[in-house]
Amino acid sequence: MHGITFDVAHLLAGSLVLVSFLELYQDRLYALLNVYAAHALVLAASVAWQALVQDAPHLYVTAAIALVFKAVVIPIALHRIIVRLGIHREIEKVVGVGFAMLAGIGLVALAMVVMLRVTQEADPLAREDLAFALSVVLLGLLMMVTRRNAVSQVVGFMSLENGLVLAATGAKGMPLVVEISIAFSILVAFIVIGIFLFRIRERFDTVDVQIVSTFRGEAQ
Amino acid sequence: MTFNAIPGVLGTPAFAAALLAALPNYRVTARLNIAATTLTLICALSLFFTKPQPGAYLLVDDLNGTFIVLTTFVGFTTSIFSASYIGHELEIGRLTPPFVRFYHAMYQVLMFAMNLALVANNIGLMWVAIELATLTTVMMVGIYRTHEALEAAWKYFILGSVGIALALFGTILVYMAARPVVGEGLDAMVWSILVARASAFDPALLDLAFVFLLLGYGTKIGLAPLHAWLPDAHAEGPTPISAVLSGLLLNVALYALLRFKMILAVNPAAIAPGPLMVTLGLTSLVFAAFMLYRRRDIKRMFAYSSIEHMGIITFAFGMGGPLANFAGLLHMTMHSLTKSAIFFAVGHVAQVKGTQRIADMGGLTETNPVLGWTLILGVIAIAGLPPLGIFMSEFLVVSSTFARAPVLALVLVFGILVGLAALFLRLNTIAFGKPRGPTAEANASYMPMFAHLTLVLIGGIYLPPALVGWFESVAKLLG
Repeated sequence: MHGITFDVAHLLAGSLVLVSFLELYQDRLYALLNVYAAHALVLAASVAWQALVQDAPHLYVTAAIALVFKAVVIPIALHRIIVRLGIHREIEKVVGVGFAMLAGIGLVALAMVVMLRVTQEADPLAREDLAFALSVVLLGLLMMVTRRNAVSQVVGFMSLENGLVLAATGAKGMPLVVEISIAFSILVAFIVIGIFLFRIRERFDTVDVQIVSTFRGEAQ
Repeated sequence: MTFNAIPGVLGTPAFAAALLAALPNYRVTARLNIAATTLTLICALSLFFTKPQPGAYLLVDDLNGTFIVLTTFVGFTTSIFSASYIGHELEIGRLTPPFVRFYHAMYQVLMFAMNLALVANNIGLMWVAIELATLTTVMMVGIYRTHEALEAAWKYFILGSVGIALALFGTILVYMAARPVVGEGLDAMVWSILVARASAFDPALLDLAFVFLLLGYGTKIGLAPLHAWLPDAHAEGPTPISAVLSGLLLNVALYALLRFKMILAVNPAAIAPGPLMVTLGLTSLVFAAFMLYRRRDIKRMFAYSSIEHMGIITFAFGMGGPLANFAGLLHMTMHSLTKSAIFFAVGHVAQVKGTQRIADMGGLTETNPVLGWTLILGVIAIAGLPPLGIFMSEFLVVSSTFARAPVLALVLVFGILVGLAALFLRLNTIAFGKPRGPTAEANASYMPMFAHLTLVLIGGIYLPPALVGWFESVAKLLG
């Protein structure tokens, strides 16, 4: 009864989770940005498919934003920032790859157990979409806590936002105001982050949040 | 209905923000900032008399009426304090004119965002407004561009964004729960429609949504253990922003949570949100009370005190029922007024002493008597001693809890007492003893502090029946 509609949506949402896993173990910043671009591409495809099957043309706008802004503009901009900061060779991790992957698997399992149990009434398409979206959100969070580099934390945050967009488009007929606002807030957030990265560089010659965090405001 | 005040409440700050961004002169912009907040306050007060019809996007009822009036009032007094504070920062060169221009524009954007979050009837719009308020405060916290300020802003930005993201996920889940009942499209995000029909929603989805909303907006309320951004943001930003953050923005996040609590309360099969809020509230209270002992920075100390009081307020609303809700509302109002008054005083103290370190301050009552005694009065108020307003509200919270859950009341009293002792320990260093540090005369604006503390004093001695009636109706609305 599912048919092609369901299968393709399932495939795309599942791919998004897969790409999130790819992000988890990238240990070079350039590679990480490329994977993030792929993440945004998959998201764009997924949103476009939802627009098609839900017959909701406004979702194409969200897809276009994901395609142009997240898959092209942001990775290029971050690329240039990395070059200017001269940190293209480094990436530090707080925990090892093995642990990060295991934790990621645990989080995805958690998302499945929670979402599939709660949404038994909902239609299967929205239901599985939501489960995948929660997985992407949790993986984004995991990435933010396992990385110390400010740029990779930002990438983690952006993939988290991608998960939110997936959830919002999966919820059929959700008003446009929210999607635009998501895109807009990413834009704003990105500008803020960009400014901060530069300022951080100006002041302490590092974007390693670990070093930035030495201050606790409680110096004797 | 003849007059609609909402365009005034929203339009004034929006217009003022654009205007202030364009004007270069500091003296003019500081006055314009005050003028704009005055106008907004007048518009907000008119909501007492005429309430506009609820629409698909905007809604004014007794609940957010209280919040709007409080927000615009503290916004107004803070703008007066801000004028003298920023003047001093310009003099000593900590801020340059372009930053001041930016600061004033951002102040109005923040006012706009908070008012929008309060009047929004659409849960998506409310989320956007809170996100906007977060971003503006991030920029203001980082405005000094020092190492510490940037770190605080970065931490606030990351934690705030994660919180906001979780809240959005919760909002989407609420929409998913509403869609089968209300139908697709805009209606399923309109709060007044949601609350009317929530009894038919899928309870499991609502439960899950509330967990996300509690964690998301709870981060913005500053509930332990999600509070890590709060002390840094308060300590490193300009003091007017600390006052607005503590006095207003935390309330706005709490307001958002309360709206969703009301939706859940309608659905009998959904989890009761109360116990979750009670747990987080008590945790925050006790945790913050102990953390108060180790503070060496005066603004960080009062930031922890804000966590403590937000814990009490969340606890009161979590207990629910007419009396506890009434107490929570009163406590929220009194805390906003007192805490912003304290930050006004602290701002001037820090400017006189040239530092925020408690160890470098001393004998304030000798060197700057007015400032010193105002600060003492503020601390007496915030610690919850009679006859000030917070004593009254804390007494109500405790007594209403004793009747229903004596064990919780014991924990509550314990937390309050621990916090009280810590505050007085530090106050002793700051206010009495041998004068330490520079002793210059403060070029302070005392009016805002006196106005706030007078209101708090009146609130502790005599509550006008009209106000009691108003709060009682809101408490009933909250269920």
